[in-house]
Amino acid sequence: MMGQDIPVVEGRAIVRDYHVPGSIFARGRDVRALKGIDFRVDKGKTLAIVGESGSGKSTLARIIALIDAPTGGELRIAGEAVDIHRRRPGPALRSKVQMVFQNPYGSLNPRQKVGDVLMEPLVINTSIPATERRDRAEAMLKKVGLQPEHFNRYPHMFSGGQRQRIAIARALMLNPSLLVLDEPVSALDLSVQAQVLNLLADLQDEFELTYVFVSHDLSVVRYIADDVMVISKGEAVEQGSREALFANPQHPYTQSLFAATPVTDVEAIRTRVARRKAARAAVAG
Amino acid sequence: MALLNIRNLTVKFATATGSFTAVDGIDVHVDRGEVLAIVGESGSGKSVSMLAVMGLLPDTATITADEMTYDGRDISKLSKAERRRLIGREITMIFQEPIASLNPSFTVGFQIEEVLRLNLGLGRKEAHARALELFRAVGIPEPEVKIRAYPHQLSGGQCQRVMIAIAIASNPRLLIADEPTTALDVTIQKQILDLLMKLQEDYGMALILITHDMGVVAETADRVVVQYKGKKMEEAEVLNLFEAPQHPYTRALLSALPEHATGDRLPTVSDFFQQAGA
Ligand SMILES: Nc1ncnc2c1ncn2[C@@H]1O[C@H](COP(=O)(O)OP(=O)(O)OP(=O)(O)O)[C@@H](O)[C@H]1O
Ligand SMILES: Nc1ncnc2c1ncn2[C@@H]1O[C@H](COP(=O)(O)OP(=O)(O)OP(=O)(O)O)[C@@H](O)[C@H]1O
Ligand SMILES: [Mg+2]
Ligand SMILES: [Mg+2]
Repeated sequence: MMGQDIPVVEGRAIVRDYHVPGSIFARGRDVRALKGIDFRVDKGKTLAIVGESGSGKSTLARIIALIDAPTGGELRIAGEAVDIHRRRPGPALRSKVQMVFQNPYGSLNPRQKVGDVLMEPLVINTSIPATERRDRAEAMLKKVGLQPEHFNRYPHMFSGGQRQRIAIARALMLNPSLLVLDEPVSALDLSVQAQVLNLLADLQDEFELTYVFVSHDLSVVRYIADDVMVISKGEAVEQGSREALFANPQHPYTQSLFAATPVTDVEAIRTRVARRKAARAAVAG
Repeated sequence: MALLNIRNLTVKFATATGSFTAVDGIDVHVDRGEVLAIVGESGSGKSVSMLAVMGLLPDTATITADEMTYDGRDISKLSKAERRRLIGREITMIFQEPIASLNPSFTVGFQIEEVLRLNLGLGRKEAHARALELFRAVGIPEPEVKIRAYPHQLSGGQCQRVMIAIAIASNPRLLIADEPTTALDVTIQKQILDLLMKLQEDYGMALILITHDMGVVAETADRVVVQYKGKKMEEAEVLNLFEAPQHPYTRALLSALPEHATGDRLPTVSDFFQQAGA
């Protein structure tokens, strides 16, 4: 097999069970959040994962990013089986695979200044000298649209969208080859969203980065994805190229996403506003 | 008379590098039964201005305003006890980061039932039944199971819906919803927005909706305020805003939708300002 045929990441029959504690009325039990998922992502490509809330997207994302171990199945990174239960990933693997969490605030240490947040991965995983660490962190802040004066601020001093960008910046500090992003732009206004998506596209072009990108927003998926996997209740119900999915969505969930996309056309707004006015007049009269 | 009336609100933060003005002379007013949408770029002061109203900013914040009244009462002059009676009951807020605003040490059921007991005086059983009803209303699957879960055992979108359930639990007269549907796909978003609009129409609840999603604005708002760098750029009835956006930033917001991408780059606001020669 030739080198480039080995996918950057591959999952075979990935299963994840969660234990749900019982109460005085009910016994504890295991629920299967992932029911045997297969996927592969090639170098320089983006796999988008979409699916309804609670379908298992973040669970799968954490497994791919080596944060959480699957209950069953096999995860392969660059052709090598990885089992974090048996062996914790070393610095080399850790820097190769990075994750941006769905909940940026929870993933940032409230007592750590943003500059330290960004430099910490370099301190732990590399021997880059202090001055260069600082330069790199400042450059990264700029890349995600923040300013150098933000360097000494604590996470709570930022807006939601700014914190999201800090989390993205941190994940990029180690030049990972695989980046797992869980709803990275859903908290961002469209302009900053565009800026971040453009940055991710540029980095992918430049360094052949591989992305696994969880999103519930089809317009974002259309822009960023090469392949798309739709999961529903822990199962991959639709998988294929972006073109195929958008041309001919198969699964009812995917179809419902297209159907429910909000309309911003002026006629629809006019109708809605008129209906509300009428309803108000009826109440008043 | 406006239910909430804020005039010339300014919020400054003391930081290591000096004072930083996060909100710069903003006016906000909302009437009973009205839906006001606040849109604007990230960091433009949307959350901070509403947190100022709720009295939830840290001590490093200095808040000034010419007027800050709710139902004719000056909010800044309320005693601690009066404020407690108001905030969290009559005025509630859905916070932008739901997981961060839930207490990790208690089940979500405990947290919502506590609100129902304290604010509505419900008994244990009634509170539990009402909590299940609210969980169903916001579309949480298997509410009997999820009500016993701790926040970390729920998905991002499930946590967000728990927050929404808590915020509407006490039938507020004013609900401030800060990006309430960011973790939800369009199908559940629609369910949530329909629910909020129903509360709003049935009980005359006023709703201030902070969002970056122009689709959400189009489908819910009566009036829209557009903020940029701590200042109000534009305010308009929703139809006018979409028909004839005045400010370049507003036009940029409407055209930065990813479905409008030309080629392989998305237009950003600075691209737009450059084009507009602004
Ligand atoms: N630690 C846990 N213990 C028990 N159940 C869990 C745990 N973490 C997640 N779950 C459950 O597993 C299911 C999948 O959760 P997951 O976070 O993967 O969903 P998701 O697809 O990311 O949803 P969202 O779009 O809302 O973020 C959910 O029903 C959730 O309640
Ligand atoms: N405690 C604080 N100390 C210093 N600056 C702060 C503090 N809290 C917020 N800020 C700053 O105030 C500005 C406004 O923040 P705010 O959270 O209101 O933005 P926002 O409009 O809600 O943005 P987003 O869409 O990203 O949530 C930001 O530049 C932020 O960095
Ligand atoms: Mg998730
Ligand atoms: Mg905000």
